[in-house]
Amino acid sequence: MPKLIIDDQEIEVENGVTVLQAAEMLGIEIPVFCYHPKLSIAGNCRMCLVQMEKSPKPIASCAMPATEGMVIHTQTPMVKKARQGVLEFLLINHPLDCPICDQGGECDLQDITMAYGGDSSRFGLNKRAVPDKDLGPLIETAMNRCIHCTRCIRFANEIAGVPELGATGRGEHMEIGTYIEKAITSELSGNMIDICPVGALTSKPYSFQGRPWELSSTPSVDVFDAVGCAIRIDTRGREVMRILPRQSFQINEDWISDKSRFAYDGLKYQRLDRPYAKGKDGRLHPVSWDEAFNVIADHFQHLPGDHIAAIVGDMVDTEAIVALKDLMNAIGSPHIDCRQDGSKIGYGPRSSYLFNTTIAGIEKADFCLLIGTNPRWEAPLINARIRKNYLNTGLSVALLGAPHELGYPVEHLGDDPLIFEKILKGRHPISAALKSAKFPMLILGQGALKRNDAEVILGLAHKIADKYNIVHQSDPWNGFNILHSAASRVGALDLGFLPGPQGYGVSEILKGAAQKKIEAVYLLGADDIDVSSLESTFVVYQGHHGDRGASVADVVLPGSAYTEKSGTYVNTEGRVQRSFKAVSPPGEAKEDWKIIRALSDHLGFELPYDSLNDVRARLVEVNSLFDELDTIQKASWEDFGKEGTVLSEPFKATIDNFYMTDSISRHSVTMAKCAQEIQGDEQRNQIHEK
Amino acid sequence: MLKNSDRIFTNLYGTKDWRLKGAEKRGDWEKTAGFIKKGQEWIINEVIASGLRGRGGAGFPTGRKWTFMPKDDGVTPRYLIINADESEPGTCKDRDILRNEPHKLIEGALLSGFAIGSHTGYIYIRGEFYREAEILETAIAEAYEAKLLGKNAAGSGWDFDLYVHRGAGAYICGEETALLESLEGRKGMPRLKPPFPAVIGLYGCPTIVNNVESIAVVPTILRRGAAWFAGIGTPDNTGTKIFCISGHVNTPCNVEEAMGIPLKELIEKHAGGVRGGWNNLLAVIPGGSSVPLIPKEICDTVLMDFTSLANVKSGLGTAGVIVMDKSTDIIRAIARLSKFYMHESCGQCTPCREGTGWMWRMLMRLAEGKGVSEDIDKLLDVTYEVEGHTICALGDAAAWPIQGLIRHFRPEIERRL
Repeated sequence: MPKLIIDDQEIEVENGVTVLQAAEMLGIEIPVFCYHPKLSIAGNCRMCLVQMEKSPKPIASCAMPATEGMVIHTQTPMVKKARQGVLEFLLINHPLDCPICDQGGECDLQDITMAYGGDSSRFGLNKRAVPDKDLGPLIETAMNRCIHCTRCIRFANEIAGVPELGATGRGEHMEIGTYIEKAITSELSGNMIDICPVGALTSKPYSFQGRPWELSSTPSVDVFDAVGCAIRIDTRGREVMRILPRQSFQINEDWISDKSRFAYDGLKYQRLDRPYAKGKDGRLHPVSWDEAFNVIADHFQHLPGDHIAAIVGDMVDTEAIVALKDLMNAIGSPHIDCRQDGSKIGYGPRSSYLFNTTIAGIEKADFCLLIGTNPRWEAPLINARIRKNYLNTGLSVALLGAPHELGYPVEHLGDDPLIFEKILKGRHPISAALKSAKFPMLILGQGALKRNDAEVILGLAHKIADKYNIVHQSDPWNGFNILHSAASRVGALDLGFLPGPQGYGVSEILKGAAQKKIEAVYLLGADDIDVSSLESTFVVYQGHHGDRGASVADVVLPGSAYTEKSGTYVNTEGRVQRSFKAVSPPGEAKEDWKIIRALSDHLGFELPYDSLNDVRARLVEVNSLFDELDTIQKASWEDFGKEGTVLSEPFKATIDNFYMTDSISRHSVTMAKCAQEIQGDEQRNQIHEK
Repeated sequence: MLKNSDRIFTNLYGTKDWRLKGAEKRGDWEKTAGFIKKGQEWIINEVIASGLRGRGGAGFPTGRKWTFMPKDDGVTPRYLIINADESEPGTCKDRDILRNEPHKLIEGALLSGFAIGSHTGYIYIRGEFYREAEILETAIAEAYEAKLLGKNAAGSGWDFDLYVHRGAGAYICGEETALLESLEGRKGMPRLKPPFPAVIGLYGCPTIVNNVESIAVVPTILRRGAAWFAGIGTPDNTGTKIFCISGHVNTPCNVEEAMGIPLKELIEKHAGGVRGGWNNLLAVIPGGSSVPLIPKEICDTVLMDFTSLANVKSGLGTAGVIVMDKSTDIIRAIARLSKFYMHESCGQCTPCREGTGWMWRMLMRLAEGKGVSEDIDKLLDVTYEVEGHTICALGDAAAWPIQGLIRHFRPEIERRL
């Protein structure tokens, strides 16, 4: 625990803390460009130079470990001169195009120059010109502005695990680029825009769209996967202008995936902005809310409760889910389901459907077995944590399922589910690794859980967990994990949005619809089901996009997207999180729970809540977990799963196109370009390799 | 003047056989195993007692550097790296050692490697030294053949392997940490210090990087005794040194001389004097392009060693003596060096990347007479903004020659405005 003095203030810090971090703890600001707390130290911008007594030269505080008895000065003439010098050097070849630069207003170079720079220019020569690079559909480049801090290179190499960026040339001819011009093939590439301290890398979809001081920010929660990343929605008027990550050490650190960041333009296309009902001509016609509700009431009145079913989609908030559940209970229907992908879990104890290790907990693991999952596409931020652990401790990872490049070395065991049985019986080479691991973890993805034998697999996984000490009380560790891909899933399971004793699941509802056993289906944002079997059924579609569900609907109720409502979501770890309304829904669209509440009046079962607070009180009433925001309540380890034989059908991938997985991203122009350029490239390469 | 019997590099001019047989005749590989049997501490103490200062330019005591290695834990590999990436303008001493005295270097590598507890040595040789690399490879093969390297090297009981790695011709790869990066297969960019290579070096293991000349003199020091070496030269600057005299002299040459020889004597005795006589001398860059020049008045009396040259605000550097007579356009000459540093800057850190180009352009304007009077102070100020603010010493090396120029030839620059 070295003690040092910075600007006459003494501080004792942990071993390994740098001078810069120690200064930060004292509240002393040292300007930096290349330093980033989540990346390795480069020490190349020289902006953080400070004076150290007994050293003739100033030292780079970002790279200098604090040692006992150090005396540091950050405000001496020597330091001031060094800072001015570095800024002068950075600016001589930096264009003076701040007025047309997208980084203007949130640019480190601008801010630091204001605070520490000189007052006039002494450079009378021509500035360097660097050709711009094409880094794909997401990142706009203006390489003249680059200050060579190498944050983007380090991000690509370290966090994203795609070593595609680098510096070519040397001296003043050094350029950052991809060697051979290509799109960055990372799902996290957008974060390079955030970490670029200047306007060299900016957002292509957002280019020339707005200025930071025109935007208002709303904290929110991402719904494109089940990770529940903390995001910030920047809006201007009624429009979502951009989406940025919020820092959250427990979940996404400083990053979000490209889908979370760039799919927002999908919110502007193909929106349902008023109610529709099918007329006698078999086409949808605009109607008023009352008319729409009446059409539904007319139909539902003539049907017995158990002829009506409800399916909840992947992006729905728990407020709407609990309202729909209450409504279906009132109607008397047991046919409710939230697992539109056909997954079979949810009946067991909470630990049977949670990511029990927690995302931050991944860093402690010393062995990881992935089963039927591709975390890189299903949960890019969880994949980033696994990679982080791999970088820090050399975590060994094995994959049972469809092979995929994950950004760290993976031992591929095959895609045959029978291997899973072998592992249990200790007859597989990987069994030894599992046995010797102290903190082993198991991640079951949807590829393993939407099979017909999912419950058997779950039972096997439980047995493996017991046999190999994957869950233990000494140094409490639960390495059993389910990786969900739907943001609404865990919340819906916590609320019990599952078929009752005689109830039908999704596949039976669809089958029942074809056999006329189900005569009306209520789709709450459910688009990823086989809607063709609902063509002769009365379908109510409530949601925000005119996607697959709306195409077969008899009545369309326009709901709100995640940016347009205050909602509560539970992520795959079981963390209850709340988002805030950033903009109003378009046209006559309403918040989802309100629509269901209004419909309940027309059906004659008035739901007992009139405000958001009432609904949230109801959430807590159904499950007290909803009372605890942003925390994780440990789920107890109990029995679950079934005995039986495993089917020999191989594990399959669940996502074949990362950029288009839901009703919002399917309508995003940016995501379409990504699918074409980035994923297209990858697939072409794979074909080439074969 | 150094006695012939005190010369270490007796085949400096390649007049004799460089192969193992010839080298053995000159005394190389004699009693090597005996030195090793005396133990690591003995060798290190001898080298410390000899007062040997690193011959790569910085002049750090070689023996003391070796003591910075952490204790040998028996598990972590330790490496000896010989820096043969000699690219300093005006310097060509290592080249002659490599092609004419390779066995002195190889024997030195074994002894130094043993002293620091290393079983593996790498010689990082400049890419352009193609023939030299061939000779070195041949000499190493001879040494392996004669069981002087490899398992139980020279019958000493110590295992030592030596590899040659050819660089690709970047000046910056002569910087010890950039050399390590390059050796590991990455772009040659200097690392941040601390940690120093002695603690965390090649592949993260303790590593000593020494210049060719520093290593090649070790066997002779051990053979003839630290006292002999320390008795040559001046107290803080002991031993012999190869000086490379080039430029406007009548017979440019490499010569091994005692440290602390007067510059005038060095040039007159060995290089046939300045072209047109001593009075025709304008200035000398005494230690390779990286050190500030000294004008004739200083050259008259200055001694060629680290301390004396530092006292006149220059340095011994690599002892590449560049002599310029009065026909020299001194501003253009320094501008050419400045261009070299711009070209060789790795581009990693800001002051050097941006500053070297700016300094060269300003200097060219001054050389062409396009400058204005403020330019001189501006240029001087920029050199101070680069100096000491960079990761490695290349920034300093780019700034010093310009500072030397302005210090001593300001009237000449002003005359041309």
